[in-house]
Amino acid sequence: MEKVIQVNDVKAWYGSLQTLKGISLEIFKNRVTAIIGPSGCGKSTFIRCLNRMHEVVPGAKVEGKILINKTDIYSSQVDPVEIRRKIGMVFQKPNPFPTMTIYNNVASGLKLNGVKNKRVLDESVEKSLRRAALWDEVKDRLNHSGMSLSGGQQQRLCIARALAVEPDILLMDEPASALDPISTLRIEELVQELKEQYTIVIVTHNMQQAARISDYTAFLLNGELIEYDITENIFTKPTDKRTEDYITGRFG
Amino acid sequence: MSEIQNQYAKRYKPRKIINYLMLTIMLLSTLLALIPLFSILTHIGISGIKALDLQFITNLPAPVGEPGGGMGNALVGTLVLVSLAALMGIPVGVLTAIYLSEYQQTGLFPSTVRFVADSLLGIPSIVVGIFVYLIIVLPMKSFSALAGGVALGIMLIPIVIRGTEGMLKMVPDSLREAALALGMRKWRVIVSIVLPTAIKGIITTIMLGIARVAGETAPLLLTAFGNHFWSTKLDQPIGALPLQIFTYAISPFDEWHNQAWAGSLLLILVVLFLSIIARLATRGNKLN
Repeated sequence: MEKVIQVNDVKAWYGSLQTLKGISLEIFKNRVTAIIGPSGCGKSTFIRCLNRMHEVVPGAKVEGKILINKTDIYSSQVDPVEIRRKIGMVFQKPNPFPTMTIYNNVASGLKLNGVKNKRVLDESVEKSLRRAALWDEVKDRLNHSGMSLSGGQQQRLCIARALAVEPDILLMDEPASALDPISTLRIEELVQELKEQYTIVIVTHNMQQAARISDYTAFLLNGELIEYDITENIFTKPTDKRTEDYITGRFG
Repeated sequence: MSEIQNQYAKRYKPRKIINYLMLTIMLLSTLLALIPLFSILTHIGISGIKALDLQFITNLPAPVGEPGGGMGNALVGTLVLVSLAALMGIPVGVLTAIYLSEYQQTGLFPSTVRFVADSLLGIPSIVVGIFVYLIIVLPMKSFSALAGGVALGIMLIPIVIRGTEGMLKMVPDSLREAALALGMRKWRVIVSIVLPTAIKGIITTIMLGIARVAGETAPLLLTAFGNHFWSTKLDQPIGALPLQIFTYAISPFDEWHNQAWAGSLLLILVVLFLSIIARLATRGNKLN
């Protein structure tokens, strides 16, 4: 199976606080990889390292090596902006741009990177909204504000916005934790559909969700990778006592 | 009833009373705050409307005893001075605010800038006048519109810096992150995401600043000086509504007193008009 992301001994800090203490793992193409663990274990920091978003926080620092499609994304010749264009990211809270219409939210990544052709934009907006399973709900009001949508719709709008720049990899940082159960279910279904075309890394604090939607699961604890395996193995026969304790609800 | 519930029950009545008491005090304070505001506006409105007509806006001041003089030159002067101040204060202020909010939030330099801006906010405006007198009026050997504009601009800068910075800080970081994660460059994020999101608040801040400096008198005494004739020349003394109001208000003539009121009303209307224009100009910006 093709390895898309290779993480080698990655350490990360916020100021003097070390949140990742040497993580190494490989993420496979067209698979859903879930990152689970209790609050503050470094899940979010980890996926933010994958698209060089960790460093936008003042005082944040990363060490180690991350290869994405064989490119060392922390090499000094690499422009973080280029990395982020190839990796989509969806955040915990839906964050559509409040000054923009639904259409412009989806088109923003292309538009603000210089794409002006109306036909290209129209096609991209429709395609992305269809992939995010939102097209039918918004096709008649593309000129309304993105803020007029419900929370679940806003999150799918954000997914569409991330897909529009045509990334290979989609990072999702607890994308459903601020949503109601029905919206959550839709997002989960969506993740299943999207993995046909994308490699997905999803952070979740919901273990059932990880079990339902992911192919691989990584369990993080206090900034360390405790166990990483096929999801089924993690949830049925974990090799580490701490993983077992966590998935059976004994802590976290 | 448990002991804790007992305690709650015992506290219920006094709590209610204190609640009503505090609400009443707050309401009274609000009314108290409204009284001067409301009476100033009505008083200026009633006293000013008598002498405020088209002639007043278009004519030059008339000599004492002659009817029909106006403050046309002072109105133009104020617009010139405020434009100069805006030209100087808005770009410098907004760019400084962007630097402080988006590029360098912490450290010795930004905190020094904030401290200096805060100090400038509290500086007596006559001091700004004296300063500009020293650096512009003396070397140019003449009072001038330019000097007046610079004095008002200096006063406008800290207002715009601190106000705009506050508005930019209110833009949630999640929007900046969303934009960065889409592969936008930082300047793009600022220009296309952060500024449009904060623009309404920034405009409001700027208009408050403009309103404030448009009404300044003291810094103009030593810089723009005032002028009873038409002038838009930047190197010549220029009239200004607050100066004219001041001159007329301390005069012994009833007619001039009326005109001072009309001038005050005109000044308020000018500020109101500018605010409305700024609002309308940014309204289309909501969805682009």
